[in-house]
Amino acid sequence: MLNLSLKQLSDSLAAKQVSSVEMTRFFLDRIAKHNDELNAFITVDEEKTLAQAAAADARIAKGDVAPLTGIPVAHKDIFCARGWLTTCASKMLSNFIAPYDAHVISRFNDAGAVMLGKTNMDEFAMGSSNETSFYGPVKNPWDMTRVPGGSSGGSAAAVAARIAPVATATDTGGSIRQPAALTGLTGLKPTYGLVSRYGMIAFASSLDQGGVLSKSAEDAALVLNVMAGFDARDSTSIEHAPEDYTRDLRSTSADPAQPLAGLRVGVVKEHFGAGLSADVGGPVQAALEQFRKLGATLVDVSTPSAKLAVPAYYVIAPAEASSNLSRFDGARYGHRAADYRDLAEMYSKSRAEGFGSEVKRRILIGAYVLSHGYYDAYYVKAQKIRRLIANDFAAAFAQCDIVVGPTSPTVAFPLGAKASDPVQMYLNDIYTIPANLAGLPAMSIPCGFGEHGLPVGLHMVGNYFAEAQMLNIAHQYQLATDWHARAPEGV
Amino acid sequence: MVNPSWEIVIGLETHAQLSTVSKMFSGSSTAFGAAPNTQASAVDIALPGVLPVANRGAVERAIRFGLAVNGGSSDNINRRSVFARKNYFYPDLPKGYQISQLDLPIVKGGGVTILSPTRGEITVKLTRAHLEEDAGKSLHEDFQGMSGIDLNRAGTPLLEIVSEPDMRSAGEAVAYAKALHGLVTWIGICDGNMQEGSFRCDANVSVRRPGGPLGTRREIKNLNSFRFLQQAIEYEARWQIETIEDGGTVKQATVLFDPDTGETRSMRSKEDAHDYRYFPDPDLLPLVVSDAWIDEIKSTMPALPEMVRNKFIEFGLSRAQAEHHVSSIETAKFALSTFTETPPKEIPDLSNWISGILSAKLNADGLNFSQSKVSPEQLRFLSGKVADGTLSGNMAREVIDAVWVGEGEPDAIIEKRGLKQLSDSGEIEKIVDQVLAANAKSVEEFRAGKDKAFNALVGQVMKASKGKANPAQVNEILKRKLSQL
Repeated sequence: MLNLSLKQLSDSLAAKQVSSVEMTRFFLDRIAKHNDELNAFITVDEEKTLAQAAAADARIAKGDVAPLTGIPVAHKDIFCARGWLTTCASKMLSNFIAPYDAHVISRFNDAGAVMLGKTNMDEFAMGSSNETSFYGPVKNPWDMTRVPGGSSGGSAAAVAARIAPVATATDTGGSIRQPAALTGLTGLKPTYGLVSRYGMIAFASSLDQGGVLSKSAEDAALVLNVMAGFDARDSTSIEHAPEDYTRDLRSTSADPAQPLAGLRVGVVKEHFGAGLSADVGGPVQAALEQFRKLGATLVDVSTPSAKLAVPAYYVIAPAEASSNLSRFDGARYGHRAADYRDLAEMYSKSRAEGFGSEVKRRILIGAYVLSHGYYDAYYVKAQKIRRLIANDFAAAFAQCDIVVGPTSPTVAFPLGAKASDPVQMYLNDIYTIPANLAGLPAMSIPCGFGEHGLPVGLHMVGNYFAEAQMLNIAHQYQLATDWHARAPEGV
Repeated sequence: MVNPSWEIVIGLETHAQLSTVSKMFSGSSTAFGAAPNTQASAVDIALPGVLPVANRGAVERAIRFGLAVNGGSSDNINRRSVFARKNYFYPDLPKGYQISQLDLPIVKGGGVTILSPTRGEITVKLTRAHLEEDAGKSLHEDFQGMSGIDLNRAGTPLLEIVSEPDMRSAGEAVAYAKALHGLVTWIGICDGNMQEGSFRCDANVSVRRPGGPLGTRREIKNLNSFRFLQQAIEYEARWQIETIEDGGTVKQATVLFDPDTGETRSMRSKEDAHDYRYFPDPDLLPLVVSDAWIDEIKSTMPALPEMVRNKFIEFGLSRAQAEHHVSSIETAKFALSTFTETPPKEIPDLSNWISGILSAKLNADGLNFSQSKVSPEQLRFLSGKVADGTLSGNMAREVIDAVWVGEGEPDAIIEKRGLKQLSDSGEIEKIVDQVLAANAKSVEEFRAGKDKAFNALVGQVMKASKGKANPAQVNEILKRKLSQL
């Protein structure tokens, strides 16, 4: 069961070769064995999980089977799940039992999927190494002394270590794709608005998007079928006609040797300059060559404004976060300081105690850029840059179907290596942030190994709602290569 | 309080609670008076992960308002407006920010025409009107050493209506507030209940030398009655004038009015004003209003007070009477229904009854004209009886009193009480002759040029006829007899 695809797991459930309870037990046992070291899960509740598995078995017995029925799925601890501790990896919410289900959780429940547990993450999704979690850092299963990336580090480590078949995640500036790259997984961030944000604890509302960390593009497509869909409770949810994201995966191309014939792959030259580690550049170049072999044409494209993406992002995201996190005031739920003299002190002490330093840093940056006299110079200007970046992509998509490059400038770095240097940490997301600012769908897929035998990710950005096409490109690449099938040893 | 060497400048910010069933950004009920926190959903208490969805009914009401203050034209309605977050911490503000509109409000411009006590008809221009959500309530009294928070009101939809500083006296401010109150209830977007806080005003007041530059303003918060509005502005203006005349300066501040002392006191100065860090709410898309939607709303708009008032003036009524009849849509509907297909000469009586005796009765019972216990048909029946001389005006009012307390239909009451005006001139002449004979002194006085004596004689005739004599005939006969003496 360790390396089976979701399709294979589903088939074995449908064929009654294994029950959902047995399958779930298998993964719960693996969690019990490895989580102490990995720290990938914040909450595991075997009783609740097995009850869901038993319900899934009853459904399967009645023949009421959807593709994910009975499959255990790990959820990032940013999604509210009724009756489950939902912490966002913060002391602030360390006592918060969610009284309702996020839209995403409801969709999985409706599909009959089994909730395997809540995965660790950077606090409030702020981080690129999973070291800002109140619950401690997550280890990279490829090298336990290294970070798994962030903020969805727990989801990534869980799937990479095969202690969960698949996991949900969220991506505000690269939080799905960078961990995918650093742990050898397939990570998909859909078009902004495709997956409802209702019940997904907000970091930066205009950038946050739910997605998936999986072992393959094929698995990601199956999961996206469940996650995507309009939700009237999210005003930014888009009324996009439902699609079957697996449809292109099943189609057969005219020339099986060249399944990507006619595809124009845009290569951003700026992404191969200074800052890119050579051990990452090599596998990425090889992947481009592989695309060519599969029939694609490589086209040089330019995104000149992308160099402004990181500074613009670190204005917009903290600005929104500073406001989004105001609700955590100790008044109605969450952490409240034990002693305080008055209201102002209740706020300041509760928030000082409840938030970690990275969260505080971003709240301060956000409050600063929104404050009177600075708003135009920072926030308004950043919004203009955001538009320029979207324009860059629009121009690029006139020349190509998909834009590719490296996901992360380096392979996984040692725990603590960048923890004290925020700017170095922020630059981890230099290649991924532009897609968030433009609201475009993007993926990372494994494309080889760099220094110390650590995974390297290939980044792909598609046009709006091009998920099906992008998943098929990834799928064709994965049919021709086996990088995605490599698993770390020792777990 | 008018001091000619000073000019008072007033602008009003009015919060009208929109009469939607559910809240501005959630599905919770907006009903008043429920047990604390029973009308607060996950969205209202700002649980992690929840999101706002704008209430279409609230937007529609804002559009109705925009049309109503712009003569029905929609060029003051922004086709694209933007919700923004106003950030500040307070326990009754669960999200830590209020969703409002800043740079792009839904309504920009328009005006409200009022009758100024001193300047005649003036138009108070509107700067803007924008949608926002209300905060909850902090309850400090009931809890020892703690505060209670009731979030039932949190998220209630409000339309904040901002006027230009076009008013020059407390009287004008009250006239404007009343006109606005009449308008929002007229078009059905607000229940206008001031006790429950559905309609409340903040007044920006400054003073200056006539023709001089604007003075520094102070803002009086949360005035929830017309009387308080009047008192607060009068006190504040007097205070500012005295402060300046005593050599002091007025500093920009937010002040509260204390109805018990009739005074205003400073709440916070400009120095400790919040930096609200407004920015567009990323959870809400810009609010886009289509022409088709506006047209749809236009088709459901009632005739506006101004148009109906002109109609009353066409009926021959005075501006003041017409103004009374458009003070609410219920009054206007009642008056229109009463005057329609009524002989013109009866309209003045009917109009007086509506603005006089009926209004007094409704006020006393706390009712509006849609709940009147005397119907337009019954009033018309009575005006017909006055016109044909059967009843005197006093008799008609007696019948109205009787109908009001449930004695039955007017004809039955007239019959039962034997109310019939004496119009037989022979009968009246007899009574006049008796009165003249019995009141020689009054006759003497009249002859000596005392007009008052005539009225005394009329009174005696009416008394002798037990109030039934037709007053016009009494006047005429008495005059004739006196001149013949």
